[in-house]
Amino acid sequence: MTEATTAAPVEKSELEKRFPDAVKADARPGYAGFLVDTSKLIEVATALRDEMGYDYLSSVTAVDYYSDAPNAENFIEVVYHFYKSTGGGALELKVQTPRENSTVPSLTPLYAGADFQEREAYDLYGVNFEGHPDQRRILMWEGFAGYPMRKDWKEAYFEEEVKPFKNRWPEGQVYRIEDRNPFNKNNAYPQGFDPTGFKETDDPKLYEVLERAAREYSEDIDTEQVVVNLGPQHPSTHGVFRMAVRLDGETIVALKPVMGYLHRNHEKIGERNTWTMNMPFTDRLDYLSSMSNNFGYALAVEKLMGDKAAPPERAEYIRVIMAELTRISNHLWAIGFLLNDLGAFFTPALYAIVERELILDIFEATTGSRMMCNYFRFGGVARDLPEGVLEKIKSLVTERLPRKIDELDIYLSENELVRSRSEGIGVITPEEAIAFSTAGPVLRASGVPYDVRRADPYSIYDRFKFDVTVRQHGDVYDRYMIRIDEMRQSLQILNQALKDLPGGEIMNGKNPYQVRVPAGESYGRVEGPKGELGFYIVSNGKGNPARYHVRAPSFINLTVLEKMCVGQKVADVVVNLGSIDIVLGEVDR
Amino acid sequence: MYGLGILKGMWVTLTHFIDSYVEDIKWLGRNRYYSKEGIQHRRSKDTKGIFTVQYPEEKLPVPEEFRFVPFLVYDVDEEGNKHDRCTSCGICAKVCPPQCIWIVRTEDPVTKRPVPEPVDFFIDVDICMNCGYCAEYCPFDAIKMDHDYEMASFDRHAEHIFNKEKLSKPASYYAGIRPTNYNREETLKAEEAAKKAAAAAAKAAAAAAKPADGPAAGSTPAQ
Ligand code: SF4
Ligand code: SF4
Repeated sequence: MTEATTAAPVEKSELEKRFPDAVKADARPGYAGFLVDTSKLIEVATALRDEMGYDYLSSVTAVDYYSDAPNAENFIEVVYHFYKSTGGGALELKVQTPRENSTVPSLTPLYAGADFQEREAYDLYGVNFEGHPDQRRILMWEGFAGYPMRKDWKEAYFEEEVKPFKNRWPEGQVYRIEDRNPFNKNNAYPQGFDPTGFKETDDPKLYEVLERAAREYSEDIDTEQVVVNLGPQHPSTHGVFRMAVRLDGETIVALKPVMGYLHRNHEKIGERNTWTMNMPFTDRLDYLSSMSNNFGYALAVEKLMGDKAAPPERAEYIRVIMAELTRISNHLWAIGFLLNDLGAFFTPALYAIVERELILDIFEATTGSRMMCNYFRFGGVARDLPEGVLEKIKSLVTERLPRKIDELDIYLSENELVRSRSEGIGVITPEEAIAFSTAGPVLRASGVPYDVRRADPYSIYDRFKFDVTVRQHGDVYDRYMIRIDEMRQSLQILNQALKDLPGGEIMNGKNPYQVRVPAGESYGRVEGPKGELGFYIVSNGKGNPARYHVRAPSFINLTVLEKMCVGQKVADVVVNLGSIDIVLGEVDR
Repeated sequence: MYGLGILKGMWVTLTHFIDSYVEDIKWLGRNRYYSKEGIQHRRSKDTKGIFTVQYPEEKLPVPEEFRFVPFLVYDVDEEGNKHDRCTSCGICAKVCPPQCIWIVRTEDPVTKRPVPEPVDFFIDVDICMNCGYCAEYCPFDAIKMDHDYEMASFDRHAEHIFNKEKLSKPASYYAGIRPTNYNREETLKAEEAAKKAAAAAAKAAAAAAKPADGPAAGSTPAQ
């Protein structure tokens, strides 16, 4: 942390000195980073990447600054968070563009990891990224009318701008919302669209892109290629997810993921919600690791709230304990289902799930729910560990889990079938892993020792001894092994945290039902089980977030899927996907 | 040796397979299945062999903190009259993330002051996300999360908006499912009441003492 904060000011002036006309520090109160001239963005980003070492583009998103007041200054701001893959704090760039014909140069040619994120900003905000190789809608369908994240866009069943809604109390006019707003009212359709006669189009744009990619792969196509859609209903896709692949025989020549089937505009809901209300909604992102999601969101908001929301010691320890247990339970699940994808149908998965169940028992006893934990509050946690829970955690962490992880290791790691199906498959080089903004196990299995807990420590992670796991081959086997390694490191952290767990309060002050969040922006990120999970929030001092963005690791990790698969057999697609470990609740949001 | 890894793996599977029989034999004479004790053991850190539970014949015990769709708590006085704890303050309706609580407050026709007990109270249980906020933030311990998770029904349109009658459960039920929480709250309340009583007694004592030096007290405002 200290390294980051001391290093940043030097860089700041450096960047401003380099581009005196194009870059200026963002002086709005509560804001940080730099405002960059749109026309100079590429130049600045190139310098950042090639000269200053900011080679990792973590997050790209847009914010709609909009007010319907007359003479209001309305614009869309695209926000970039850059990091060094060697560690340290963020460098934040922003460019502003008018709401009409919003256009910003695309960073995809420089940072391949911007691909899906820019498509998302295009899809939800209508920002046109000039030079993007494949700008299509990504979460909504092609032909959808409007840009759902814009402030003046209203969803079907729209009630009011922000919660709490007025008619709930004291009049309590109860109704079922479907009765008041039937399907065809309060919906906008593209011109000529008939909702009753809706038929799935055959995605001409998607197939065009596939064909183009196929031509890039090999100029002299003389064999007949076929397009196969894997999914959306397919047991290997871990949810409703589709991969359109173009095959030359058994070989993949192009692959495009199609997603958004589970899209519910989580971020829009988040902006209608109050700050507190968002906590249980974050549970539903990556529903296998709700504690980590809580963690990220709580950090982001606490950063804005400052000292009055600094969690007490005991709460910090409980947070870490819960986050690491979550990591173990997530990895058990990931490994189990990766083995499923490899063809070891359900025996390994069920062995892993037994241990996960025991961890979920702990969550249930503490938080009241196995998966939708809703446990973190701004400034602490919701309740203390009930009687007996600490003993149960200790017995699992010291006795059972180490033994069971070893068992899983013996059971699978040396198995020749597992090895021959996964070694050398889906190789991602370290350079590619960084360029594609992959995070978490995918990044570390490619030989990049980057872990937010170490690179940019948050909470109390700087107090624990643990190794940042890393594996060198970047193939499916290493992505499997890294999860075994990580579980062992988590156990190590757990052992230390359990030993040092202090007594005392679990909340800083009272736990109010409404919180005041000072105006400003903040980006809170944690090392979730699937990778860097970030929350970018903007507050205008009111009771609801003005912007609430989730940097979803499973979504961004998918950017690299095509790279993993091209040139390999169709059977490997499933394994590659399994090795990324996605949860569609988080991908589609 | 090629194949050794597979053999090792199969050995693990075999031990799991054998374990399930060994466990059954160990439990001979006691009930490993369909008994509280057996289920408890199957969820412990020493569990081996068959792990699954045959729902609905067997049910996992839920921990005290377990939360499902909330209910309203009412107290019963000595004469058997029910009193809603809810004062229709509206906090739960304001904090509910999916906004599935509707509260009808009413006012006294004479004084025009709000009447504490709500006229009606609705929760759309289809929308409720079981987050537990209403129970957490209610200042009167009037709404609590339930343990009863079996509420499927055949008609979602008519039956899934629960009204006050359907939501209300006695405090004794609450004490039954959440004894630790209940006792903590009751102790707190008793302490508060004792404090209040002490304060009132002190006041009364002071008031009783006052008339004696009444003229002196009367002279103070003149300052
Ligand atoms: S249940 Fe509690 S929070 Fe809700 S209105 Fe009644 S007293 Fe207020
Ligand atoms: S549990 Fe949560 S969603 Fe359900 S009624 Fe209470 S506050 Fe609303």
